[in-house]
Amino acid sequence: MTAVDKNSKTHPIYLDYQATTPCDPRVVDKMLPYFTEKFGNPHSRNHAYGWEAEEAVEVAREQIADIIGADPKEVIFTSGATESNNLAIKGVAQFYRDKKDHVVTVVTEHKCVLDTCRHLEQEGFRVTYLPVRANGLVDLAELEAAVTDKTAVVSVMGVNNEIGVIQPLAEIGAICRKKGAFFHTDCAQAVGKIPLDVNAMNIDLMSISGHKLYGPKGIGALYVRRRPRVRLVPMINGGGQERGMRSGTLATPLCVGLGEACRLAKAEMGAEAERLRMLRDRLLDGVRARLPEVYINGDLEQRIPGNLNLSFAFVEGEGLMMGVKDLAVSSGSACTSASLEPSYVLRALGVDVEMAHTSLRFGMGRFTTEADIDHAIDSVTKAVEHLRAMSPLWEMHQQGIDLKSIQWAEH
Amino acid sequence: MAYSDKVVDHYENPRNVGTLDKDAQDVGTGLVGAPACGDVMKLQIKVSAEGIIEDAKFKTFGCGSAIASSSLVTEWVKGKTLDEAAQIKNTEIAQELALPPVKIHCSVLAEDAIKAAIADYKKKSGTGEPEAAAE
Amino acid sequence: MTRSAYLDYNAGAPMRPEAVAAMTEALATGGNPSSVHGAGRDARRRMEEARARVAALAAADPSGVVFASGGTEANALALRGSGRDRVLVSAVEHASVREAVAAETIPVGGDGVVDLDALDHLLAADPRPALVSVMLANNETGVIQPVARVAEMARRHGALVHCDACQAPGRIVVSLSDLGVDFLTMSAHKLGGPAGIGALVLADPDFALAPILLGGGQERRRRAGTENLAGIVGFGAAAAMAADDIGSGVAILGVCNLRDDLESEVRRRVPDAVVVGAGAPRIGNTACLALPGVAAQIQVAALDLAGVMVSAGAACSSGKVAESHVLAAMGLEPAIAGSAVRVSLGWASRREDVDAFLDAWTELARRKGLRVNEAAKAA
Repeated sequence: MTAVDKNSKTHPIYLDYQATTPCDPRVVDKMLPYFTEKFGNPHSRNHAYGWEAEEAVEVAREQIADIIGADPKEVIFTSGATESNNLAIKGVAQFYRDKKDHVVTVVTEHKCVLDTCRHLEQEGFRVTYLPVRANGLVDLAELEAAVTDKTAVVSVMGVNNEIGVIQPLAEIGAICRKKGAFFHTDCAQAVGKIPLDVNAMNIDLMSISGHKLYGPKGIGALYVRRRPRVRLVPMINGGGQERGMRSGTLATPLCVGLGEACRLAKAEMGAEAERLRMLRDRLLDGVRARLPEVYINGDLEQRIPGNLNLSFAFVEGEGLMMGVKDLAVSSGSACTSASLEPSYVLRALGVDVEMAHTSLRFGMGRFTTEADIDHAIDSVTKAVEHLRAMSPLWEMHQQGIDLKSIQWAEH
Repeated sequence: MAYSDKVVDHYENPRNVGTLDKDAQDVGTGLVGAPACGDVMKLQIKVSAEGIIEDAKFKTFGCGSAIASSSLVTEWVKGKTLDEAAQIKNTEIAQELALPPVKIHCSVLAEDAIKAAIADYKKKSGTGEPEAAAE
Repeated sequence: MTRSAYLDYNAGAPMRPEAVAAMTEALATGGNPSSVHGAGRDARRRMEEARARVAALAAADPSGVVFASGGTEANALALRGSGRDRVLVSAVEHASVREAVAAETIPVGGDGVVDLDALDHLLAADPRPALVSVMLANNETGVIQPVARVAEMARRHGALVHCDACQAPGRIVVSLSDLGVDFLTMSAHKLGGPAGIGALVLADPDFALAPILLGGGQERRRRAGTENLAGIVGFGAAAAMAADDIGSGVAILGVCNLRDDLESEVRRRVPDAVVVGAGAPRIGNTACLALPGVAAQIQVAALDLAGVMVSAGAACSSGKVAESHVLAAMGLEPAIAGSAVRVSLGWASRREDVDAFLDAWTELARRKGLRVNEAAKAA
């Protein structure tokens, strides 16, 4: 191991903010008292410990509602965005199944949305999986054509976890409202990154994650509209907490953490977005100045500033990951990164399998510095150059051979 | 996934990276794998008049284990006869590099690359059965 | 706020300092256990250490531990995921078991223990393969169920067995194999870990459990969602401490003795008081005490004013002042059931807490016109 590797073992530069974010120390500070002296069960209505916890939970609920323009009564706590997505889609589909049997979603949604939809198909629902355009965005005309009076819910994510593109939520919401279908949006990657307003955007259900916005893991929320009322079949019963939609003892410190995370994100969103955009541009310009044949996956404009997904032609993604061990970045999404399959999101954009294999996702966030970016540019450039020097494909490309003209023995 | 020290060493200091003249009569070239699968190995051998492999070069597009497997076999084939080189088994490569089960295919590909390079050399020199090399 | 005596551990225990320390560190370092880079691998390692500690508390195989968002979700996972259409649950189960799926009820006797003959008849009456769910220790009375015998009987009828053990670890020895059950639920915040994390432990790690949460291959495809790393390591630390409490005898010598002293002093000072479930085996931290003629809510409020925190019924009823289904199932007269409060102790309980309860409760009994003996002279 070289000195750099040894160093990187203890202090890799974290550029994986779409996989998870560190908990902001200010959030941790707010949470800590609720682990120890303020440890009451918020459902214990009998004594002061319980009241104190309940009050803290309700403040958190207001903070969450505030960042999406909702009423606190419309926010229910869950164990995370995965549960929120499962509950929103399954719960609504099952509640309205006597009248409606159709669900619309998009091929680039998070795995937990797609898996939930597949499960509904097994239960007899019809699901339309809309394609995306080459920039990763959904085609509104196609979406409008897909929604019928049998459509119970349309589920389209706010921001994609791999390529960071922002779907046109307001336009989608208007279509859904017009057609009488509920609109669910997985905003795990969007909350705190872009302005959201459930009323202006006609959003009926929204999934929120704690650990994607500098809050703790193990907590999320689901926004469920009250007017017009959205009803759903709960997945976890017994106890009747969260308006009967989600039973189980609320974890007060986690609720407090999510609330504080929302408060901070809302207060700092504007300036933070500007700072991240500069970092993102610095990274992109820096890499492109030193390396040819680098491609951006997904729309660069309709995109959160903290994400850059690049394909480095003629090098392989996993090999590249090994060369940038001093950076914590992802090749493909974290949920599927144990597999060697190329990213289904990039494939859905029409990115060649070869190019999908060579992609890296750079996720920048609150604690990313200019020095981190400069280090990343250097590290990536060196790794790509090292690998291209070894790459038979790079050699062929430089000799002007079209790789597509070769009969490869696929194994 | 943690890589073995040997894989890391080959990845960081690959042996015998490079290209031999593929049109030369005494050079055999094996090109195996496919970009769509995430691995392509090019292995070239230069064979002496006595049938000894006197030089070997590789280029590989792939993960660290694929790079290490091909780098390792360039070391192993040098000095061997064609028949000896053809005896190298993927299991020996996997064992030497301590490859985990999900990376065994890299060693298989390296073994295939040796065989393809030998076949290409034999085809050119007219000494072997006419077996198509991968290219 | 005065805080003299917290005696509501069955609703939620204060966190153990070791668990707070482990969580604080995990919150500060972060990392997604599913990421392949160094930060992710480190998170995974810490998660697996915690998994082993949690497994050890139930003498189980770590690969059978499925982390969930708490006991409620773990119960739902077992009851919905077992693949059995017919489900039998005891009358005294927690709401998260009784309401998870449509189920038949196994009655309990006057002592709060499940009626094994009735279970036998229920199982024999319907040939469909069933799932039987019986808790290990009741949250309101502390009564311990004969789960091993339930499991043995269930197995004879080809049924699977789930056991909600949320109230048991750290209070009695819990061994998955000795109990002979297929699924066991544990909750961190009942044993001094954080709220928001629990586990379903599978006796057969390869059991084809149908997941509730889909998407993402976490927890070996049995429970999707980014793992609650801080919660998990907090659970692990608390589990290790709870195991210590059993091993070192603190659970028996400390907490249980304190509870027994409390009950005998209650009987001495207020002769008409009723200790509910006293005839059955119970976990050593729980006392369910009835003060006949005084509504439980009044007692709770009066005790709260005196700085003593106890519960009437289960905390999970979200503020609803409902009659306790547990006490009703035991056949307690409504007059007794409606006047029962739960005093539950734990790792940080001290004799002063118990004394504060006794003084406040005796004083209340006196005000309400019950016969009261004077407190023994302070030692």
